[in-house]
Amino acid sequence: MTAPTLELRDLRTHFATRGGVVKAVDGVSLRVDRGQVLGLVGESGSGKSVTGFSILGLVDPPGQVVGGQVLFQGQDLARLDEEAMRHLRGNRIAMIFQDPMMTLNPVLRIDTQMIETVLAHAPVSREEARQRARDALGQVGIAAPEERMRAYPHQFSGGMRQRVAIAIALLHKPDLIVADEPTTALDVTIQGQILAEAQKLCAEHGTALIWITHDLSVVAGLADRIAVMYAGRVVEEGPVEAVLDAPLHPYTVGLIGSVPSRNRRGAPLNQIPGMTPSMLNLPAGCAFAARCPRAAPGCSEPPPFVEFRPGRSARCIHPHAEGPPA
Amino acid sequence: MSAAAEAPIVEVRGVSRRFEKKLDFVARLARRAGLPVRKEVVHAVDGVDLAIQRGEVVGLVGESGCGKSTLGRMVAGILPPSEGTILRQGCDLRSLGGSEARLAKLRTQMIFQDPYASLNPRRKVAEIVGEAPLYHGLVRRADLADYVDEQLRRAGLDPTLKGRYPHQFSGGQRQRIGIARALAVQPDMLVCDEAVAALDVSIQAQILNLFMKLRRELDLTYLFISHDLGVVEHLSDRVVIMYLGRVVEAAPSEEVFARPNHPYTQALLAEVPRIENRKRHFAGVQGEIPSPLNPPGGCHFHPRCPYALARCKVERPVLREIAPGHRSACHLNEAT
Repeated sequence: MTAPTLELRDLRTHFATRGGVVKAVDGVSLRVDRGQVLGLVGESGSGKSVTGFSILGLVDPPGQVVGGQVLFQGQDLARLDEEAMRHLRGNRIAMIFQDPMMTLNPVLRIDTQMIETVLAHAPVSREEARQRARDALGQVGIAAPEERMRAYPHQFSGGMRQRVAIAIALLHKPDLIVADEPTTALDVTIQGQILAEAQKLCAEHGTALIWITHDLSVVAGLADRIAVMYAGRVVEEGPVEAVLDAPLHPYTVGLIGSVPSRNRRGAPLNQIPGMTPSMLNLPAGCAFAARCPRAAPGCSEPPPFVEFRPGRSARCIHPHAEGPPA
Repeated sequence: MSAAAEAPIVEVRGVSRRFEKKLDFVARLARRAGLPVRKEVVHAVDGVDLAIQRGEVVGLVGESGCGKSTLGRMVAGILPPSEGTILRQGCDLRSLGGSEARLAKLRTQMIFQDPYASLNPRRKVAEIVGEAPLYHGLVRRADLADYVDEQLRRAGLDPTLKGRYPHQFSGGQRQRIGIARALAVQPDMLVCDEAVAALDVSIQAQILNLFMKLRRELDLTYLFISHDLGVVEHLSDRVVIMYLGRVVEAAPSEEVFARPNHPYTQALLAEVPRIENRKRHFAGVQGEIPSPLNPPGGCHFHPRCPYALARCKVERPVLREIAPGHRSACHLNEAT
């Protein structure tokens, strides 16, 4: 057994704010193996993006990784110094952001940015670097890469920019890519193209992919496993089919139920009552208890993360046994 | 459903909307010097016909830049069309005089996508919701407080929060404020422009349920603009699909999703991620959406269409009925 590409053990990222400590990520454990796609699903403020940033060591103050391990091929990134981290980031681990303009420098041409990225980690000539950049652009489906390379980011459409960002992430054929809502801002037909690229990448290079999204429908078609986050914790984890067809946690059940296509046309959608709790003021027990239809007195104690079946875990003491009620 | 004799609540006839970029100083000089400088014109909406019957929910679908929002704004009366007429219950708003036109316009209200940008951050909720009905004389000042409470309660907000400012609310609550504001002037039609796009899934379900409840209670008609086909399928009686300023297909909801006719509609439906589809192979429609500044000739979709004929490059297809209530603009329907 080789070590998984990435394993998070009890990761804790907290933000010290004026209002108190926000436990944005509070004890998250996950793993992704080579060539696997993990869908990390949650609503705004669930801590899914902060988890992604924590993996790459990109959490800005006042945020701080205060505990746990980020094991990348067995090596703990949380203990790595900044210099060693720089060698890995963009090389063995890459990130794709929701807004490609976060990755691209608006005043530099695409080729300048890409060649710079190649040279940062590979001892090759400029010409070789240019060649690699061109190949990467071709790989993500940009027509006439030689020509488009000489353009500036603003000359591309949103979908094209996202492809350039993905091409940059691919330059060093990383072992792990963390993609934070990369298709949320894109149109459906363009999203389909990007998802196709992502799939191809995992199959061809054995890259492990963490796809962070709020959209269950996207990960349904893409991911091998799904982890659902709520209020800084993973509340459920398992293979895609199991999580979507027979969810254990009442929050997952509610989330799936509120997807319009799961409901009869025109009938009222199943809705989760209430709203996500303030992260400054989380209840002591299960954070979902106040909105949960199955809440019982025991829920005021923090629920343990239990493995119900091999590879099938949930943080709930009253889980749905065989999927959601009809 | 309304009787056929009754005029549609809104009828759009041959409406186009162009946006022109004025030539700047350098371009004007260049033109005077005899260089071929042309004004940049975007045909945001290009010859659209659409009728909405009272009580209907019409879903307007399309990708960025297809003109769906521009059409919505023209229907709501906040943007005049460059060409064509918009009839409200058989009556052209432009033919009405001052106060009559004002009251007629009030009857269509709009809900915007961004609940953060569409509310004035410096006004309290009570002022945001109460201003318009007071100004238009729909309520007396003495009754205003009760009136505002009622609007907020109907939109699912606690009236005791009305002294707060918009930033003190979550996204979903802000969208409810926007809905309360729109309903406060007693409209019979709402134009919802991506009204749930910015919301989390569980909150989106709450707002969609609210729209359906209000439809029953107030007998509202909706033009529901969205890029999310799942939402549109759930809510709409009829679906209209736009591509680069033109309507390419319009049909009852079940019909569109069961038997999409236009190649663009088919491609769009194939790309929609669905929770039922597992580990599927994504293929993707080829190519990008062309720039509306310089759309391809003939059928706008032909460069991306797998079935394109020579005719598609030169001749604009007409929207014609292919089955009862099902209209599509594609030359392929005539080839067979």
